[in-house]
Amino acid sequence: MTVKRLRVDLIARVEGEGALDLDIEDGRVRAARLNIFEPPRLFEALLRGRGYTEAPDITARICGICPIAYQMSSVHAIENAIGVRVEGPLRALRRLIYCGEWIESHALHVVMLHAPDFLGYPNVIEMARDHRSAVEAGLLLKKAGNEILRALGGREIHPVNVRVGGFYRAPTRSELMSLTGCIERARDSALQILRWASGFSFPDYERDYELVALRHPHEYPLNEGRICSSRGLDIDAASFDSEFEERQVEHSTALHAVLKRRGSYLVGPLARYGLNFERLPPEVQSLAREVGLAAVCRNPYQSILVRMLETVYACGEALRLIDGYDPPEAACVAAPPRAAVGQACTEAPRGICHHRYEIDAGGTILGARIIPPTSQNQLCIEEDLREIASRHLSLSDDALRDRCEQAIRNYDPCISCSAHFLKLTVRRA
Amino acid sequence: MSPKARPRLAVWKFASCDGCQLSLLDCEDELLALADALEIAYFPEASSAMDPGPYDLSLVEGSITTRHDAARILEIRRQSKQLVTLGACATAGGIQALRNFAAVADLVAAVYASPQYIETLATSTPIAAHVAVDYELHGCPIDKAQLLELIGALLVGRKPALPGYSVCLECKRRGTACVMIAKSAPCLGPVTRAGCGAICPAFNRGCYGCFGPMETANTAALSRQWRRLGATELELRRVYRTFNAAAEPFQREADAHDG
Repeated sequence: MTVKRLRVDLIARVEGEGALDLDIEDGRVRAARLNIFEPPRLFEALLRGRGYTEAPDITARICGICPIAYQMSSVHAIENAIGVRVEGPLRALRRLIYCGEWIESHALHVVMLHAPDFLGYPNVIEMARDHRSAVEAGLLLKKAGNEILRALGGREIHPVNVRVGGFYRAPTRSELMSLTGCIERARDSALQILRWASGFSFPDYERDYELVALRHPHEYPLNEGRICSSRGLDIDAASFDSEFEERQVEHSTALHAVLKRRGSYLVGPLARYGLNFERLPPEVQSLAREVGLAAVCRNPYQSILVRMLETVYACGEALRLIDGYDPPEAACVAAPPRAAVGQACTEAPRGICHHRYEIDAGGTILGARIIPPTSQNQLCIEEDLREIASRHLSLSDDALRDRCEQAIRNYDPCISCSAHFLKLTVRRA
Repeated sequence: MSPKARPRLAVWKFASCDGCQLSLLDCEDELLALADALEIAYFPEASSAMDPGPYDLSLVEGSITTRHDAARILEIRRQSKQLVTLGACATAGGIQALRNFAAVADLVAAVYASPQYIETLATSTPIAAHVAVDYELHGCPIDKAQLLELIGALLVGRKPALPGYSVCLECKRRGTACVMIAKSAPCLGPVTRAGCGAICPAFNRGCYGCFGPMETANTAALSRQWRRLGATELELRRVYRTFNAAAEPFQREADAHDG
């Protein structure tokens, strides 16, 4: 028996540090392991003993790319615990700041990290020599997302304005109106990038993933909704533990989340889109058809198109929210503590992000658990890798390594996020 | 300038959230010009081309929390002409330095069912505790304008202008009324290093110290003022033990309220 191991020591163009081990035995892929060697930062343990109002600022530090996702899941979970609802203009502002993060994060991944794979460049700088217009459109788009974050949050990374109960300061109408020109141009840029990316060559690869995302009665999901799946799951965030569990694996500092009864599942743009197509405005649905997307897409390579379609949507949604904005009387609602457990799930750019907090009567956090999207997608990524590597075993190690890295980047994995959380080694025989 | 003459840049990550290196990619208006001025030789978050050293400038994000990383930073220092640390993790140990005040085994056991698979050090330490550092950029996250100032200065061979004074000066410059006086909101601005542009007070909240201690911070006097505004010992301990918990003046002040 011959065994060969192919290793990618450090996967590039992902956020955080991971590696991949591929074991090939007698011409078959025996194992594909995503090793997340991001040093553990122990957030859940560090949150114990902290004040409930500190959770949004502390959990933001899990990820510099999607701090709003952590701020939003934490404030919703804590508000769920203390029995507070945030409605009206404050709810709209939360949706608006989340749109900013989707735009910034999707633009970063689509143009700077993922597109170079399809066009054969090592990075966006090299790609810009031949595709300057698309790269400039991407930078403009990313900047617009960051402008929303800066206007509402004070800065792009680790914004300071989100709190339990609402915000520290609500923007004036004119402050938000000053963003509209920039968001309108960003929407044009997103359309340009979507049409550009629709011309890429996509490998013929689909898998029957169980798609898991939030669903809301009226909205494309961001902050609220029930956790639903393509195989009939339909639960609220507080029932998460009855259907999902986390498992620790030896090769990773990230825990793997699985569906207790069915195993792996997929979160993120493909899942959100597949479960919520009818919640997109008609013009975005038409745009999807124009670029060749069906109402459900199961080709992970085409996630680049879905991400940019969601970006077009987020720009339009941001404009709609700004247009309808009527400043609230107060920037936050009263949110006194009580002894309780609260849970919430929101749609981070990479998929559902679930938080659970137990707090005491004085507001001290007794326990916290955070399940980021990438730890939920890990099993799916490993299954994709096994399948994709099996199809390309005739390739050289270097070419196979490139294929595997691209398969991982399809997921826009955020390894820093895996609060609890990659290297490619191919062993061949 | 011929491509050969461009200084070679490397960006390194240790325990961190990626936010500080993202600040480089967040320079949307300057990024392509930067890439003309510098050869981006090693930046795995942005490029799959990872060229070997030596490097003219290494930007280091994150803190040291594993034995492997403690060894890795020594090699990076050997490969780097100038080494600059980015942000609270690299300059002070970051939020994960809260482990320094607890038993790390208990923390690991609280997160992982099988703690024996997890290899981590008992402390999170700044880069300067391991190797010589040429410049430090503070903040959680760093400020983009400071990053551009630093790179620009190093490109022309001058010393970067990085303030050691407090956030208070930035509030005055921005025209923000003092939140401690006008709103009785406890604020760490008087002891916190400037650099963010005094964002929090402009958003009706006190500074929470994410840029770490200013030079000669009088934390004891500020704590007395906080007490007058009704802050408890627990609140004082918490606010100093956050993103720069292991920076000496903040650590000392938190200890003073740990009774």
